[in-house]
Amino acid sequence: MLQIMEGSHAVAEAVKLSRPQVVSAYPITPQTHIVERLAEIVADGELDADYICVESEFSALSSCLGASAAGSRVYSATTSQGLAFMAEVVFNVAGMRLPIVMTIANRSLGAPLSIWNDQQDSLFLRDSGWMQLYAEDAQEAMDLHFIAYKAAENHEVLLPAFVCFDGFILTHTFEPVDIPKQEEIDAYLPAFNPYQRLDAKDPISFGMYATPDYYQEFRYEINAAMTRAKKVLREAGAEFGEMFGRDYSGLVEEYRLDDADTAIVAMGSVCGTIKDAVDEMRDDGKKVGLLKLRSFRPFPYEDVRTALAGVSNVAVLEKNINIGSRMLGAVGLEVKDAVYKNGTPVYSYVGGLGGRDIRRKDVKMITEWAETGRNDCFFGLREEVL
Amino acid sequence: MALNVGCSARPGNARDNKTGSWRTFRPVFDNEKCNKCGTCMMICPEVCISEDEEGYPQVDYEFCKGCGLCTEECPKDAIEMKKEEK
Repeated sequence: MLQIMEGSHAVAEAVKLSRPQVVSAYPITPQTHIVERLAEIVADGELDADYICVESEFSALSSCLGASAAGSRVYSATTSQGLAFMAEVVFNVAGMRLPIVMTIANRSLGAPLSIWNDQQDSLFLRDSGWMQLYAEDAQEAMDLHFIAYKAAENHEVLLPAFVCFDGFILTHTFEPVDIPKQEEIDAYLPAFNPYQRLDAKDPISFGMYATPDYYQEFRYEINAAMTRAKKVLREAGAEFGEMFGRDYSGLVEEYRLDDADTAIVAMGSVCGTIKDAVDEMRDDGKKVGLLKLRSFRPFPYEDVRTALAGVSNVAVLEKNINIGSRMLGAVGLEVKDAVYKNGTPVYSYVGGLGGRDIRRKDVKMITEWAETGRNDCFFGLREEVL
Repeated sequence: MALNVGCSARPGNARDNKTGSWRTFRPVFDNEKCNKCGTCMMICPEVCISEDEEGYPQVDYEFCKGCGLCTEECPKDAIEMKKEEK
């Protein structure tokens, strides 16, 4: 049954249904409504979890790390400066192979101070060893939490996961969502079966030091697990589709791409705007389509290469800036690598930073830019900086 | 050292983490000069110098990091640091 609900509350419902045993988070805009609602859910006895109140994001993820190592299913949520503050622990969680799921309510990073949306925060932890999934709407944000837990806890993977959804655009807006029943989620996502755990009767330490003779092998193993995660995520998404009717077997999603000359590549809520712009351009006779990336880590380069095999130009809409790189956007670099052998031109167009609206006419503009071979650049800049 | 998932380890694993590869200089002992005073054994921070059957120092090179403290403290100048060839 569909219910109209704020995006943050939909995510809180998904977390409740996933039955984490420990929740620890520190409130920060625009993530606050998720953890406020979860605090209520725990206080009301609807979820049997320890809700650990802490004084900072660093402590939030640190307590999650310990709880996960002790064998609990664990949840946290943060954004922007909070995620930056967690960064040391973020790398340690992945290195200790602890399958924590954390929601990122995507927000820009300071300075200048901005509470509004872009995707710089999660992307700056690209190399941390966490999976990164991006949701287009509240329903997808909900569903990706179940899939993230299932893939992260798979013993072939054992890596933590970010479920990213755009701050304000998705966290603070109301949408109809289909909330699964508890028994259905219990069937899809059984209790956490830890690979190894802290136990005073059988002591073990996590994340010991590795000498130069061994460190490199541990990084190799994390990368190998991330590579295996592609198959595991696809299978978890397919199984979800069979049980709930919403198929997530693809790490990418194509929209009107079959006969397209120009493809737009993007992640997150802006894909909704792009779909509308694509429809309007198609009505005008333009052969344009969208390739939506659902997973950025692992990066599904085979799927991207296959999906873009027939197009002549690729415009990557970047809600991040890869400062100092010629290509300007972190996503475009990956897409360009994926299609390199095809020789297809790929351009990064940076915009929507710090919460600036991306409109259908912006999408049409960058489509034209890609068609005319305009180089990687910002769009929508104020004239006074030019 | 075992390549356990998440670099996990059981207690007492310091013995598994052999630190001899850190060494740039190797202490070489001259038993002609040594008076078996035992200073090197007491001063070694890695506790990797022990007595052989005759009471002369012997080094476990799997753990000796080549810090050179034994050489510095030896009252008989019986220990020489020689560069490792790798």
